[in-house]
Amino acid sequence: MSGGSGSLSPALGPAAAARGPWSAGRARGTKTDRFGDALLKSLCAAASLLAVVILGAIFYQVLDGASAAFSQLGIGFLVHEVWQPNFGHFGAATFIYGTVVVSLVTMVIAVPLAISIGLYLSTTASGRVRSVVGPLVEMLAAIPSVILGFWGLIVLAPFLQAHAEPFLHSTLGFLPLFGKGETTGLGLFTASLILTIMVVPIVAAISRDLFLTVPKDLQDGAIALGATRWEVVRGVILPSAASGVVAAAFLGLGRALGEAIATLQVIGGGNFIHASLFGTGGTLASRIAEDALGTPYALQLSAVFYLGAILLAMELVLNLAAQAIMRRFDAFSAVAAR
Amino acid sequence: MNPNVTPPSQSAFGAVEAEFDALTSGVAALSANAETATPPETASADATQTQPHPSGGAKPRIRIGSAPVHASAMQSAESATVDALSGAGRAGAAPARESIFDVREMSVSYGTNTAISGVTMQIQRNMITALIGPSGCGKSTFLRSLNRMNDSVKGFSISGQVLYHGHDVYAGSVDPVEVRRRIGMVFQRPNPFPKSIYDNIAWAPRNLRMKDDLDRRVEYALRGAALWDEVKDRLHASALGLSGGQQQRLCIARAIAIEPDVLLLDEPASALDPIATLSIEQLMQTLKHRYTIVIVTHNMQQAARIADRTAFFSLEATSRAGVLVEYDDTDVIFTRPRDPRTSDYVTGRFG
Ligand SMILES: Nc1ncnc2c1ncn2[C@@H]1O[C@H](COP(=O)(O)OP(=O)(O)OP(=O)(O)O)[C@@H](O)[C@H]1O
Ligand SMILES: [Mg+2]
Repeated sequence: MSGGSGSLSPALGPAAAARGPWSAGRARGTKTDRFGDALLKSLCAAASLLAVVILGAIFYQVLDGASAAFSQLGIGFLVHEVWQPNFGHFGAATFIYGTVVVSLVTMVIAVPLAISIGLYLSTTASGRVRSVVGPLVEMLAAIPSVILGFWGLIVLAPFLQAHAEPFLHSTLGFLPLFGKGETTGLGLFTASLILTIMVVPIVAAISRDLFLTVPKDLQDGAIALGATRWEVVRGVILPSAASGVVAAAFLGLGRALGEAIATLQVIGGGNFIHASLFGTGGTLASRIAEDALGTPYALQLSAVFYLGAILLAMELVLNLAAQAIMRRFDAFSAVAAR
Repeated sequence: MNPNVTPPSQSAFGAVEAEFDALTSGVAALSANAETATPPETASADATQTQPHPSGGAKPRIRIGSAPVHASAMQSAESATVDALSGAGRAGAAPARESIFDVREMSVSYGTNTAISGVTMQIQRNMITALIGPSGCGKSTFLRSLNRMNDSVKGFSISGQVLYHGHDVYAGSVDPVEVRRRIGMVFQRPNPFPKSIYDNIAWAPRNLRMKDDLDRRVEYALRGAALWDEVKDRLHASALGLSGGQQQRLCIARAIAIEPDVLLLDEPASALDPIATLSIEQLMQTLKHRYTIVIVTHNMQQAARIADRTAFFSLEATSRAGVLVEYDDTDVIFTRPRDPRTSDYVTGRFG
């Protein structure tokens, strides 16, 4: 009691103290206070509104740009494979296929790798290693994608073509996925690896931070039950961080779906669907980047918008799926936290 | 509650005793695995223990734990529990005081800060040993050093010896995971996993491949922790929906589900209300027939009520390190302590 009033007294002074505690200090609810509140409120509202408007404008423009292609090419665009503007052939199937395959392969490689890095940095690594490797991993995310694509073109593709692809083909060649490769080393597989390099640092850094927040007493509880380190990871750390890791993975997937330039540089610009990962192809994003600048045909430009609309729809579905999955996890933890 | 010896009910204690022999020979076998020199009789005990077990593919570290002896062990534990609850089997100390832990000159530091220094004490089987003392005197440190829970703490270093059934817990050949599997621990704050009640208990047995009859094992653990009747209808509900006292008993159940030899409890009731505390205390009395219990408590009445032996730790005035001041039967510590510091503390005159 006395301690509390003691610390307040310099501000109050004897007069204020005499007026009792409610008149202490400046009264709230003055004009300026109310003005500040209102300003903050309207600023926030305006900012949110702006985001919605921009989103709406982009949607409108994409759909508007695509309307010519919608009416001329119809829904068949989605399943038509060939993209040859000179001959008036426009089909999105190659790029939808390329987008799905490249994203899947990227996630299959990147997510386990990123989670392992996150686990290593959060649980196993010594403080020294942690403080050196952690920032390095994050710096990987700072490499501009053009440079990464360039590196993929100059270094990674020839290497893959000379070593990795022949090896994979000879060991797993019975699967059509690992069929005979192109001569350049450019293709879906190379694009997936480049995207993996872009996705891993994001997911790894987020999961590391998530793993570090798993309560120590839960881990102690598991350790005290004679659990091995792996059992603690599997039984306590991963489940506690699961919803966040899923969110991180979807963030990474969003990046992989949308990345255009680096993909374009290493995917080989194929116009057909190849079953083999080592074949060339394209993603929606890479085709948009390639064709959006200066196309002689109006229909081609409209078809590019059509590709954009498909990409937007995919991202939207992905986002909704991510939210649904996270809600399920959160519902679980809400039950858990009850 | 009189901590002195009363002759145990013959039937109940016999069952517990037989089963305990099985456990301890298992422990010997464990150490035989861990160390190079294998005494012939433990080796043969190992063989007879493990050979008849049907599942040959079990992990080595739990071979003893999953031996068939446990089917009967689980039964006898239940009967012992029932007996003890009905007051028929109130066994105090075992006639001969056999020590499970022999701690010699244990000193522990965190970095340059010495937490405890030169602690020598023996902890006896089937007794409740209470550790009391002012805050910061190293009770938790001591407790956590018994089952190597401190291994992962930054800067932790230990000197001296912790002999568990005669084997150095900190010997290079000993797997800390196996130590903790034998020596269970319950913490101050209830820390159930965010899983169902059932899965909280089944988690460790599954890890240890004690999967036969998991339902029965869960029930046995919950009964052992006096929680069964309260949760039997909602085994698959989240454990975090339980009250604090129930959560703490769940943590005890979780610990006894893997049939440890020793239970270490660090202020298990300090976050609980008096009723929940009482139920935990009653539980201790039951559990000590089967386990050796070491409990840290700040509550002097609690120590006086439940402990057979009490150790008083204090901070040494000059070095600020925790030392063991006095260790004796509980009634000696509370009624006629030898050291003036102990009597100051237990009578509340401690500054
Ligand atoms: N993880 C740790 N890292 C560094 N120092 C620690 C750690 N844990 C305990 N200590 C130090 O060791 C000493 C003993 O602490 P300990 O927790 O064992 O005391 P305690 O008797 O259990 O206290 P309390 O009754 O408050 O729980 C204290 O000086 C404490 O600061
Ligand atoms: Mg403590």
